Amino acid sequence: MTDLATSDGSIAPIEVVRVSVPQRSWKSEWRAIKIMWRREMIRFVNDRMRVVTSLVQPLLYLFVLGSGLNAFAGASAEGFNLKTFIFPGILCMTVMFAAMFSAMSIVWDREFGFLREMMVAPIRRSSIVIGKVLGGATVASLQGLVMIIIAPLVDVPYSLPLIIGSFLMLLLLAFAMTAFGVMIAARIKQMQSFMGVMQMIILPMFFISGALYPVTGLPTWLAVLNRFDPVTYAVDPMRKLVFEHIDKLPPQLANTTGVTWFGWAVPTVLEIAIVAALGLGMLAIAIWEFQKAE
Amino acid sequence: MSDTQSLDPGIPAVEAVGLTKTYDKFEAVRGIDLEVHAGEVFGFLGPNGAGKSTTINMLCTLTRPSGGQARVAGFDIVSQRDDVRRHIGLVFQDPTLDGYLTGEQNLRMHAELYGVQRDLVDPRMEQVMRMVGLWDRKDQQVQTYSGGMRRRLEIARGLMHSPRVLFLDEPTVGLDPQTRSSIWGYIEELKAREEITIFMTTHYMDEAEFCDRIAIMDTGQIVAVDTPDALKEAVGKDTIRIQTENDELAIVRLRELYDLEPTVSEGHVTFGIASGEEFVPRLFAELNVPIKSVNVNRPTLDDVFMKYTGSSIRDAEQAGASEMSRVVMKAMVK
Repeated sequence: MTDLATSDGSIAPIEVVRVSVPQRSWKSEWRAIKIMWRREMIRFVNDRMRVVTSLVQPLLYLFVLGSGLNAFAGASAEGFNLKTFIFPGILCMTVMFAAMFSAMSIVWDREFGFLREMMVAPIRRSSIVIGKVLGGATVASLQGLVMIIIAPLVDVPYSLPLIIGSFLMLLLLAFAMTAFGVMIAARIKQMQSFMGVMQMIILPMFFISGALYPVTGLPTWLAVLNRFDPVTYAVDPMRKLVFEHIDKLPPQLANTTGVTWFGWAVPTVLEIAIVAALGLGMLAIAIWEFQKAE
Repeated sequence: MSDTQSLDPGIPAVEAVGLTKTYDKFEAVRGIDLEVHAGEVFGFLGPNGAGKSTTINMLCTLTRPSGGQARVAGFDIVSQRDDVRRHIGLVFQDPTLDGYLTGEQNLRMHAELYGVQRDLVDPRMEQVMRMVGLWDRKDQQVQTYSGGMRRRLEIARGLMHSPRVLFLDEPTVGLDPQTRSSIWGYIEELKAREEITIFMTTHYMDEAEFCDRIAIMDTGQIVAVDTPDALKEAVGKDTIRIQTENDELAIVRLRELYDLEPTVSEGHVTFGIASGEEFVPRLFAELNVPIKSVNVNRPTLDDVFMKYTGSSIRDAEQAGASEMSRVVMKAMVK
């Protein structure tokens, strides 16, 4: 065995390098967060299949469902493209599922024991969780960014402010969703259960959020559910952002944005603040859960 | 700082007093006392389910003890958890590597998590990876490694931050004999080169022989602690097996001459006696029954285990397994 030959003394002895582990400080915590983040990046770059497979579902919704319903709704006759309308929602969807996938790796890490390696390191559990969530969120929003590339195919022209703006919006959504996923993963020890729980929660959140239909003029029961769905407050600003960058927005589309509470139009800033606050709240719960785990 | 890696020989590497762990009503570890000297290779011997892993988990700050106290590298395992963690390296029974990362990336990640000085990460990594013979495989993903290579990488990773105490939980279980002996090679090398204490569990008797001292653990208690030789001496007698022309006569003569209680099994007359090798010449001179063959056996650690626990390690393991399944069954019925 060639790899044993180097250890049996046939090679000149190696110098002993002695290192030491410093006491915990904000610097070492920052290093831990960075390496957790970088690990997610390395795994993402190594796993090209994941990028491809994660795009299948959004592309199906956008082009198959979008084209199919477009004919049925007679949208083209009225001068607009249904695909343009659902595009912002599909961007959000891509990121939601990608974020769940990122969070799922915590369950994998537990199954393969790697979580234990992180848990015994002389660092705060919060650094592990924060690094993990930021890394997962970055990966998920990069996958969303890939979807933005196809914008011209659905009559949305490229522009730098649009790309930067939507990446930031997707990053926020990805952060909240990854925090949510990690919070769930802290409690669930088995892959199958995690997938099940995700199906049970993510799909309804996606459908209720108005990613595929306007949030104005809904039946009361659906409107109520919709206003309670956090994803609503990510999809709506996203849609406003995309529509702002379309030169001649058909009037049918212009009236589809803007969430209202009892007739009061919720400002975009507040919508974004809601998503951010929920994300931070779930991050805090996730940290707390990992801290109490042995 | 004074707490760099030079070990104060006055401070025991591990010190436990009345350490206890109870799960519901099951007492996994029943108040053990233990002292491991700095720089020794200390073996923890016992069947599966004896409480070895629970003890190691408590000492590594992964499990909170239900009672008692322990210090590792001079730090309290409950109140100074971080300080303990900075000074120990761990190699678990189950693999804890990231298969999607390369060998190098796994070690680098470890160094970052532990905050190893940046300029020392590369040289230290080269040293530990060369030691376990994986330097030329460092750029390959760990999922392409064999089981033995993974275990070696875990040992290298456990050493990445120059721990004072390296905990190895069954480091050679499930490995082929060649890899097992190479892992023992690394441990010998480590002892020679680094100021390190090695605390390991095993249920292989032949491996326990390598340890400076061993503790025998059974059903949550430590029943004996000493060097392998001293433990074997305490068992005392050597075992002599002879084949003779006339076994019955030989037995009668052994009883009359030496007041022994020989037994016959598989065509051999067997008896125990101190200093067996010196006894053999007397036997030939005095027995007056023609002897066809003689076999003298020094006591083994199996005999030691037998003496202290009343069963062979294999039987104890089976009993332990059924005890475990009883507990599980109870838990399920509840």
